[in-house]
Amino acid sequence: MIKVEGLTKRYARHVAVNNISFEVGKGEIVGFLGKNGAGKTTTMRVLTCFLPPTSGKASVAGFDVVDQSLDVRKHIGYLPETPPLYPEMEVSGYLTFVAKLKGIASPDVAKRVGEVIERTALGSVANTIIGKLSKGYRQRVGIAQAIIHNPPVLILDEPTSGLDPEQQREARQLIASLAGDHTIILSTHILSEVEQSCSKVIIINDGQIVAVDSVANLHRRRQGGEMVAVQVAGAPEPEVRQRLELVPGVAKVIGRDAPEGSVAFEIEALEQYTVRPDLARAIVQSGWDLNELRTVGESLEEIFLDLTKSEVKPADAAPATTGATS
Amino acid sequence: MMRNISTICGKEVRAYFTSPIAYLLMGLFGLITGFMFYSATVYFINAGTQQQMSGQGGAMSINDYVIAPLLGNAGVIGLFLVPLISMRLFAEEKRSGTIELLLTSPISDWEIILGKWLGAMVMYLAVIGMSAINVGLLFAWGTPDWRPILTGYLGLILQGATVLAIGTFISTTTKNQIIAGGSSFAICLLLWVLSWVSNYSDTWYGKAIAYCSILVHFEPFSKGIIDTKDVIFYLSAIFLGLFLTARSLESLRWRA
Repeated sequence: MIKVEGLTKRYARHVAVNNISFEVGKGEIVGFLGKNGAGKTTTMRVLTCFLPPTSGKASVAGFDVVDQSLDVRKHIGYLPETPPLYPEMEVSGYLTFVAKLKGIASPDVAKRVGEVIERTALGSVANTIIGKLSKGYRQRVGIAQAIIHNPPVLILDEPTSGLDPEQQREARQLIASLAGDHTIILSTHILSEVEQSCSKVIIINDGQIVAVDSVANLHRRRQGGEMVAVQVAGAPEPEVRQRLELVPGVAKVIGRDAPEGSVAFEIEALEQYTVRPDLARAIVQSGWDLNELRTVGESLEEIFLDLTKSEVKPADAAPATTGATS
Repeated sequence: MMRNISTICGKEVRAYFTSPIAYLLMGLFGLITGFMFYSATVYFINAGTQQQMSGQGGAMSINDYVIAPLLGNAGVIGLFLVPLISMRLFAEEKRSGTIELLLTSPISDWEIILGKWLGAMVMYLAVIGMSAINVGLLFAWGTPDWRPILTGYLGLILQGATVLAIGTFISTTTKNQIIAGGSSFAICLLLWVLSWVSNYSDTWYGKAIAYCSILVHFEPFSKGIIDTKDVIFYLSAIFLGLFLTARSLESLRWRA
């Protein structure tokens, strides 16, 4: 649905995006992660035809962003970082204006505006002047204008930025409800949002892509062997440690704090081994109580910070090309 | 194409009339031209009465003594009010970020430009329409010649359209409405005083500079004369202004 090949965007003295390539398949929700100034917004602006690329190619729904710009714009809904709203207009009037701009046939405009107002829960403010709305409502109006023409591709630049936790949750639910019908690229600084909403992550740093993969694969790839946390009651610490070290595939047993009456460890497994069933069996067969057994992983936040360290070069990081297509 | 232009034009007109700017401009223009009309009419009545009492000469023409000066002054005042209409056209969109909505919608740059320029034209027509109240009073109490009035208004429209096209272009070059308005005002002033060159220079370039003065081309219209070269001047200047706007908008994509 979206294909980017060797895309570069250069300003006078600054390369904002440097030779990036990725693909996004139909119906995917992709999280676009990067620090401020990493090149996320520039990439989104190229995809929405707001900016032309300096070199390279990008296409949306099979249309080239330079040569078939009007066709691309028909297939895209775009929410910039600052929602493009006219504060003097009423919500319904604004959406009617956008619907006409997006080419919805006149007889269908009122119906479509009504549908979008309902879907984004804007009914109570439909006749309110946009300038008087709260930030949360304005963001919803921004999302409403992006989906008004039911585009197959949605590009959302920090859709939950500046919202309070309740508003963020509502915005996330709204975006999640759009999944399936739309291919979505969303940029955000909230990493838990990506873990909850996105099937794939693109991490960009200093204008270059350092990782393209699913959240699960990123965890797996960064982590090497499996890490498991266990908590056991009913035996002294050395005895449990000794037994756990005998389980096939266990590389290292590291002690950690535990409530009184129990012992706890973090167990690092060798690559290719899944040690949880054997650990559980060993503990239960020894007659001890198994209070906790769970996989622990590097958080997405840690992965993100690690990949976007300034000294990290794309070649050193997780290979972007392996997961670059879908 | 026409639908997109009318959509943007309609939005611009609503934006003007939901803010105080429309009523302020219409009020100011109505007040100033109303005062000028009143002064010219009183002078006309007094001079006419004196002429009749002294038994000298023929009848005085209301077109020459009231309408022509009124339209001439309306042209000058309009020249200075137009920057207040054009300054927000693109500068405000750039400042608020709504330019991204327009430039990522499936409409061409020319549709955006023409829609905005026509919206500003509607606002301008509403402003100069205030002077029509004065002219209407003349028709209620007398029988002025309507033809110079029509040509005068045609001239006002062409002059306003030209200055609006230039102002639209200037509005694309900045995010700041004050800078856009101030720059447009300075250029309007320059285009007015260019005609002064003909007072002291008889050279070809002196004539060429004076020819670029917008008001020089308006004067024949206010006297009831439609000269093709004046019409072509205005149409060419409108096209140039809108063409520069299109180029500026395109460069905005490259510079943004």
